[in-house]
Parts: sequence; structure tokens; C-alpha cells
Amino acid sequence: MELRTTNICMKNFKSRLPDVTFYSRESEAACGPRGSVVGFSGSVSEKMLSGLHYPGCPEARLRSLREKLPCREVQAGTLLAIMGEPEQYCYPSIFIYGHRATGKSHVILTLLKELELPHAAVSCVECVSAGLLFEQTLLALFGADSAALLPRLPSLSDFVRVYRQVCAQQPAKQTRYIVLERAELLRDMEANLLPGLLRLQELVDDNVAVILLSEIVWDKFRPNTGCFEPLLLHFPDYTKAELLQILSLDSNPSYTPELYSSYINILLGVFYSVCRDLRELRHLAALNFSKFCEPLEKGEAKEGNTHKLWRNIEPHLKRAMQTVYLREVSSVQWGQQQMDEKEATALRGLSALAHVELPYYSKFLLIAAYLASYNPARTDRRFFVKHHGKMKKTSFLKKHEKTSNHLLGPKPFPLDRLLAIFYSVVDSRVAPTASVFSQISSLVTLQLLTQVGHDDQLDTPKYKCAVSLDFILAISRTVSFDIVRYLYDFI
Amino acid sequence: MNESSGCFVFKPSSKKRKRTVGIDEYFVDGNDDCGNGRERFNICQKLWEKIKMDTEILQDELNEKILESLLDFIKKCTLSFQSRTDDWASRMRASEIPTAALVLGVNVPDHDMTFQSLSDLLKNSVTPFSVSVQAKECTALKNLMQRVLERLMGVGVSVEEDEEDSGIHLPQKRVSCSISVLCQWYKTVTKVGRRTLKLSHCKNGFLQSPPIVVIFKDFEAFNPRVLQDFILICNRYIHELPLIFVFGIATSPSTVQHILPHSVSSLLCIELFQSLSCTQHLATVIDKLILTSQFPFKLTGKVLQVLVSIFLYHDFSVRNFVKGLQLALLEHFHSQPLSVLCCKKQEARHNAQKLSHKDVEMVRQLPSFMRYVETQEPQEQVQLLTSDDHVKEVCQMLLKGLRKYHKNYYPILRCLHSLTASLPKYPLGKQIRELHISCLEKNVWETNEYESAMQLLRLLAKDELVAALRKCADILKPGKTKKMKSALQQLEDYIIRFEQLDETLSGEEITSPGKDLQKKTDLFQLQKTLLEMKGSRRTKKMSPFEILRNETLDFIDGLVRSHLTPPELQPLNEVCYYSSSGVLRRHLNATPRTSIQTALSHPFYFLQNENLKTDAGTVSSAAPDICIVYKLHLECGRLINLYDWLEAYATVVSAAEGKDPDAEDYGKVDELKHARFIQSVSELEFLGFVKSTKQKTDHVARLTWGGC
Repeated sequence: MELRTTNICMKNFKSRLPDVTFYSRESEAACGPRGSVVGFSGSVSEKMLSGLHYPGCPEARLRSLREKLPCREVQAGTLLAIMGEPEQYCYPSIFIYGHRATGKSHVILTLLKELELPHAAVSCVECVSAGLLFEQTLLALFGADSAALLPRLPSLSDFVRVYRQVCAQQPAKQTRYIVLERAELLRDMEANLLPGLLRLQELVDDNVAVILLSEIVWDKFRPNTGCFEPLLLHFPDYTKAELLQILSLDSNPSYTPELYSSYINILLGVFYSVCRDLRELRHLAALNFSKFCEPLEKGEAKEGNTHKLWRNIEPHLKRAMQTVYLREVSSVQWGQQQMDEKEATALRGLSALAHVELPYYSKFLLIAAYLASYNPARTDRRFFVKHHGKMKKTSFLKKHEKTSNHLLGPKPFPLDRLLAIFYSVVDSRVAPTASVFSQISSLVTLQLLTQVGHDDQLDTPKYKCAVSLDFILAISRTVSFDIVRYLYDFI
Repeated sequence: MNESSGCFVFKPSSKKRKRTVGIDEYFVDGNDDCGNGRERFNICQKLWEKIKMDTEILQDELNEKILESLLDFIKKCTLSFQSRTDDWASRMRASEIPTAALVLGVNVPDHDMTFQSLSDLLKNSVTPFSVSVQAKECTALKNLMQRVLERLMGVGVSVEEDEEDSGIHLPQKRVSCSISVLCQWYKTVTKVGRRTLKLSHCKNGFLQSPPIVVIFKDFEAFNPRVLQDFILICNRYIHELPLIFVFGIATSPSTVQHILPHSVSSLLCIELFQSLSCTQHLATVIDKLILTSQFPFKLTGKVLQVLVSIFLYHDFSVRNFVKGLQLALLEHFHSQPLSVLCCKKQEARHNAQKLSHKDVEMVRQLPSFMRYVETQEPQEQVQLLTSDDHVKEVCQMLLKGLRKYHKNYYPILRCLHSLTASLPKYPLGKQIRELHISCLEKNVWETNEYESAMQLLRLLAKDELVAALRKCADILKPGKTKKMKSALQQLEDYIIRFEQLDETLSGEEITSPGKDLQKKTDLFQLQKTLLEMKGSRRTKKMSPFEILRNETLDFIDGLVRSHLTPPELQPLNEVCYYSSSGVLRRHLNATPRTSIQTALSHPFYFLQNENLKTDAGTVSSAAPDICIVYKLHLECGRLINLYDWLEAYATVVSAAEGKDPDAEDYGKVDELKHARFIQSVSELEFLGFVKSTKQKTDHVARLTWGGC
């Protein structure tokens, strides 16, 4: 995993924290492009990290903050330390990364909201164009009038110009924050956007900080041309104990918190090995809790009788792992099934209906494509010419062809070869009609074949077969064609 | 202008004749000698309207079930959106977008109709806000957003990239394309709707906040990235917008998991809906459109075979099948002047009266009519060959016979199918259409399959046979003709007799011959008895049940023999039966490669110029340049040297110009020939026969295999 490698970075960073609070724009020049991490020195006491401090903020509010951010005090503390005092300049750009549902957006947005700091939160996935990103940012920071100043098709420089213009009218009293969620999508937009945003503070000459949130490490972001290095902050995965603590917080009001936390314990025992996504776990917990409580409702067990409750819920959870967790069965259906007490077999999962009905020639085209993809072209003579003479498997093959073709995956083949094999495997004479050719392209749209390379039909197109062996075995069985006899790997 | 390039120039000779032609004019123009073109067109039109309406009704009936369950699902989801209370479970649950995965099968052309009726139904009963999007109009996320927003809000949404109209920039309010805009719009619309249309809403049956249904017509064809991003965005707004997705899936539901990663598919709450398979669909269509005496227009076995094989081998599309039927209908009425008689009873009688002398002559030349004449008495024959009026009367009679034949044919066909459809190995075909086709082509009772089916039927146990006979009786019940009524009567009699058999049989005792076997221990005696038993088994007296069974089956065999005769034997069948399967195949299952090759190797076939007529395998040197170049390239290997090719071409063309073979510049390449050659080669390249290659300079590669 790419995330693991950067844990060290985080450690370094923690140890250099105190300087960050005094950090201002003046020292930036000295830091150089990669100086964001290197420039800090000194050590920090654990005490400072564990407590949240924010100048000018009452202790009561900080306490409520702490309650809202369980198991993320350290990260929140670091962030607050980086932010510094409201009127001070903040570090120009901060990059926060960590797996899904590790509280990145939650922590930063809670902080900004609770402390009533001016900020704009934009999800990059929504911004189909950079213009939308600028518009939403300006809208959130300066109100609707400013966004209207943007021209059609705004570029980064338009944004900077407009920002400066409105900023002159409303100068910053405290640091403004721009939070960009799913920042990895910025890489796909204009090339100058990401480097520009990283240096936005400098460009607009305002007390503004850009906070990027992503699931991907910074190394994958760094443009070729180099850019200003943001501060990196890693949100590690929750540990099992932390998950237990967080999940236990949302206990059902009609039952005791102890019962709920023992339920969560059982749930984590089943699911922790496959899923550490907090959101998903919370969803699963909610889905299965009613089943857990069933013996209590019926009066068959007491709350203290954990063993009985465990015996009741465990197989149920295991089944949930195979079905509802994989979205084979929708959560609504799952809930209904629980109520109806039906057998699990009654519900058909999504992958249960893998059978695909195809027209007769399409089946043969697909079979031909499969053969073309998994047999070396040189062996076609052996399989499709009647009097091919003797050919031993080992003697006429090059070394690399001796490894199983099924391990290597499908290889591309030209249309001619596909048709040649098609005509020799299909048992009747087939006229090369338009519909045979159109079937090839409809197989492509159905994603059973994929077209490789250029899409110029005049210049011999190439295809790959995209179906599995099981699928093609099922297909060839319906037309009673013994495909295994024609596959080089199986002779 | 030299003659060879002249072949390609077709000046439209009469531009003045370019007028807007009414569709019915084509029927008149085709055969100017027959006055009944317009009538035929009208009959054809009427028939087609009827067929079209019937198929639409049929489609609706077939889709009813799945669409209803889909609607229920959507309604249920809408309710759950509204009743999203603050109870614990719903608060804890991740907010998923309700999604219906609609598995429709690979017959993509048919899906349009289903989606059309789905969105009609939605508009009528659930929500005014439903949009359907296709993959080809949504190559990027912004296109998808734009389509969805445009169709929902009914206004132009600007994607910032379309610069075309930036010159005439109107001061209109720009609507940026994001879901948040949609959110605001939705809020205002529902608020307004609530305030003003409170009454009408209740009347329409719309719920208070109708859901927004987005239908992805061809799920597989969508770019996975686009879909993923769209779902991610929508998920952010699910609390404000009651969104529901419908995925139209052609292959199998597991493609959802292939296209969407778990992180995205976990945002959806997918429920599966499976539609009827297309083969069942086709069976119903054939049942309702072809196996009925309702329509006077019929297909012969070969034509039906062509249509069915296109369906089974190529596209699985019922819509294309019906289109094929339409083409056959048009062709029949266009090419067969006597098809004016192919209509309902009254009309046919009327039209038969009005037949002109020419038409009557045509009737006389019909093979089936000639056969009919031959079977008549000599005096009658003379009458038929001389008197037009008499022919007209006989025509009416024969048409009546034909109608009767159809009325008897279909019920008996169904009976035979219902009897044989459950036999092992399906000797007469699993589907009724197979039986129908074999009945159309020959006397079905002469085939081996029929014989084996009958033998199997003679082995049926009583309860099976009675059940099958009951089914037959049900089929025969709606029959109106006398013959059908009497057949039904007889069949019911047989059923009653089978039932009575029980009572009579229960009294009798069956003595088994094995009883007295144990007494005899003598070897000789034993052999003797065994021989006796063998002989007695051969001539064993049949039980009353067996007798009755044979009797019943003989009766059914008689029905088959009298009613399932092939239509070719019926006089005047040409009026109703469309038979040119070749035309249909050429039109529906075109072979572009073959026609290009024909055009290039036999230019006479298309150009009809006498000079180009040559023996097989050769091309006249006067043929168009491209044909000469094509012919020369066939003689080359995989790589073609361009200069050699040019030389050969110049020689051939010089011969065509009639130059003296001994002259000095014979076969020399001049600029004109060079240019013509290059043009032809690039035309060949455009047609996909050659392409430039980097393997060798001055060479092109052949793209077709096979020698000359």
C-alpha cells in the first residue's frame, strides 16, 4: 500500500511541530520548494499533542470539540497547531491523506465550523471543470456577487484576479481556508491548477490556506515540473479498539450502552478482518442489530447472557459478510429477509445470474475470440487445419510460450484472425454478412470483447477477449462445442 | 474525358422529375399496367397498422409484470424517502441510493420500447421528474450532468467548454452544471407545487415530493469513470434530493460489480429485476401474429425460416423480427398484383368482382390455379379458361376455401403441438414455430419425425394422454367452423370413454400368465410354455385401453392429414403467401463485402454496360480503373510493389485505348495514367483492401486473404 511508506514522514513532522505555530510567510522563501518538512526543528511534548489548544477559544468549546472528534485528538491538535492564531498567516497549503473513513473531512470541517473560521469546502469530484471549483470557492468565501465577476471559462489567473479584487474590499481579518476534498482529481484538470493552488497564498497576497484531502499519498501528486511542497499530515487507520470506541458511541437508545458495545465487539470479531471502513461497519451494525436483539425481544435471553446472544448472531453475521457486505443483496432486501425469517437461498444475489443469452453466431464469435486471445497464433495451424501433421507441444514452441497463457491474460488479435477461427469453428457455412460484423461491435459494447489501440476501422482493428474461462465454458456447452480441446493450455 | 472515368459519372438525367412522391405512388409506379396499386397500398397500410398495434399491445402485456414491480419498487423508495424519520436504525445506516438493476437481455434494439413505456408509466403515476440517458451522449461527466440537468429542468445548461455560441453571448442567466443547482431547482419546484397544486397533486396521484429517476439505458456502454463520479456526486446530495437510479443491463447483473468498485457500489442499494427472455418474447409474437387466421397475409416456410434464423443467429431482436415482417408485407403487396385479394372477407369479395381482364389472366397463370383447373371436369375447364366472370366467381369460392383452410389449420396445429411438445427429445420440435414450418413445407405425416412422435404417443399412459387430450379440447373450443366443432365433439367423446374405462376395467381381473409357471419344473415343458407365452405376447389381446388409445390417435392422425396439408396445395395460395425468401434475406442480412467484391470483379453486374461483359474470372480492360487495379492486386502476394503494379496497370489501360502494341509509347506511363492509378489505389485503400506499410518502401500491404 502506498500509504504505509509515509508514516515516517508523519513522525518527523510531529516532532517538529512547535515551530509551525509561529510560521509565517516571511520564512517561506528560506524553506525552498521541499522545505516544508525539513524546515522545522525542536521536539514536542506529548501533553501538547493530546490537548487541543486554540488561542482565543473558550475551554468549553474545545471540550465539545474533543467529544465530537473521538480518537482523533492528536490529529486535530496538530491541525490546530498548524493553523495558529486566527490573524496569523497559516502555512500556505496542507495535504491530509489517509484511507477512506479515517475522519479527514470530518476533523477538518468540524474544526472549521466549530471555531467559526471563514472557509470554503469544495469536493473536487463535483467540479467537472476548474471554473466550477473557482465559482464555489468564491461563493463560499465572499458571497454570490464575487462569483459573478468570473468570466466564462475562467482560468486560474482569472480566479486570482477576481480573488484579489474582492479581497481588497474585504481584507482578511483571520485566515481563510479552502478545503478541497478528493484532491486527487485536481491532477486531471489543467496542469497549472494544482501548483497554483499550492501557492495560492502567495499569488493572491492574502491570509489564505489551501487544505487538500486525499486517499492517495503526496508522492503520486508531485508534478514533473516541481511545485511548492505542502505540509503532509497522515490520518492513520483506526485501530480495533478505536473502532470499538467510536461505534459504541451510537448506541440504540432503547438498549443499554453496554449491550450495544458487546454487540459491536461481536460484529468487529467477524468483520474486522475484511473491513475497517468505519462507515461501512456502522451501516452493517445498524442492519443487523435488530436480529441481535431478537432473543431479548422474545424473552429467550437476558442482556447478560452474551454467549447465547453470540450464538444467535454469529452465523447471521457471517452470512451478511457474504451477501450484504458485497452488495450482492441490497440492504433493504436484507432487512426484509430478517423480518420474514425466510431462508437465505430465497434471495438471489447479483452474481447468481451470471448466465448470458447470446445469439448463435455471437456465441461462436466469442468462442473464436477466446481462442484467438489465449492460443499462440502459431498454433492455429495445429488446431484448425485438418492435416496439420504432427506437432509436439514442446518442440515447436518458444520458451516464453510454455508458461500458461491463462496466467498471462488475454492477448490482442486482429480481426482477420478472429474471422478465420470463427469460420473454422462454426459448423455451417456463414455468409460474411453485415450482421456478423455488427455482432462483433455489439460484443464490444457489451464489454465481452475490448477493442485495443486505435479505433480506426479501416486499419485492421485489434481486439481482446474479456470473458473468463468459466463463462466461455458455459457458452460453449450451450452450442455443444468442446472448447477445451482447442485450447493450447489444456493439451 | 476518357471513357473509363466516364463510367463513374452519373448525371441525373432528369432533375425535373424530382418531385415529392406520396408513398402510395410507389405502388402505382412499380407496375403501371395494374390499376389496383392504390388499393393494394391501402390494404397493406391497414394491415400494417393492425399488426403494429397488436405488437405494441403485446409488448405492453409482456412488460407489464416487470414494469409493475419496478414501479412498486420506485414507489416504495419514494415513501421511504419521505418517511425518513429520525429513528435510530435509519440514522445509523449509510444513505444508499435506491437502484433498480433491470436485466433486459442482449437484444438492445428492443430495449427502447421498454424504456419508453417505463418512462411513460413513471410520468403518469409516480413522478414528473424522470430522465433517461444513453452512453453515447455521455462520454464525459459534464455531458452526463448536462443531459440530466437539461432534461429535468427543461432549460439549456451551459457546459463551460462549448465555445461555439460565445460570440453571441446573451445576457441570459448562466446555469452552471452541478447537482447543487438541481437541488435548488428541486426545492423551488416542489415548494411551488405544494403551494399551488395541492389539489391537483392529489388528483394526479403524485406524492408530495416526487423522486428524481435517472434511467441509464445501456449500462455496459457507459464509461466506468463517468458513472463512478456521477454516483459519488449524487450520493453527496441524497439527503436533499430523492434520487433513484435504473440501470438497463444487457448481459448479467454481475457487470455492476465489474464496472463499479466496492467503494462506489456500496453507495447503491441495488435490487434486481429480470425481464422475460427474448426467445419467449418471440414465441409470443409468433403466436399472436403468425399462428392466427386473423391476418390474411401469410409467410411461407422459407420466409419464416429466414426471419427466425436472423433472430436466432444474429440479433435476438424482436423489433427487427417485426420489421422483417413489415418488409415482407410491403414486398408482397408491392410485387404481387393479385394481393389485392389478400384482405378481409367482404373486401376480398368486392375486389374479386372488380378484377380486370389482365388480373384474371394473371389468376389463370398462377401455378396453384392451373393445378386446380386440371382437376376439374373438361367442361368446367373450358369455362375457367374462357369466361372471366366465371373465374371471378370461382375465385371468390376459392378464397372462401382458403379462409376455411386457415381456420382449421391453426387449431389443429396447436393440438398437434400440445400433444407432442412433452414427448422425449421433441421429435416434432420444441417450439410450435418449428412444427409450423415443417407443416408449411411438406406433408408432415410423411416425415419420420411424425412417425416416431406417433409411436411415442401410442406408449403414453392413460392419465398423461387424457390430460393432453383435454388440452387439445381446450384449444379446439373457440373454433367456429363445423369441422372444428365436430372434431371437438369427437374428442370429448373419447375423453369420456377413457374415463368410463376405469369403471368397467375395475371389475375385470387380469390373470397373469406367470402364475402357472412355477408348477412346471420339466425343462422341455418350460421351454414349451415360454415359447407359447412369447407367441401369445405377440398376438396378445389388446386391453380395452389400448384399443381406445389407438382409436383416438388414429382420429388425431386423421385430423392432421385432412387439415395440415401444406398451403402450396391450396388454390390461390399465392394471393396470401409471400414466398421470396431471397429478397428478404438480401435486404435484411446484407453482405457488403460480397457486393463490393462483385462490383469490383464483375462491373457489368452493376453498370449494365455491354462492353464490360466478360467471361468469368476476367475483367475487361475497358472496365473502370479501380476494377483493373483490384484485379491486378488479386494476383499479388501480401506485399505489393507499387511500381510493378503501376506498370501492369499502364499496359492494360494502353490495350484498352486501342493503341498499336508495337508503338514505342505502348504501355508507357504518362502523367494521366499515373494520376488515375494513384486515385484508384487510394480508393482501394479507402475500401480497406490495401494499406500502406512500413515494412518495405514502395510497397503496400494487402488486407484481404485468399488468392484470386
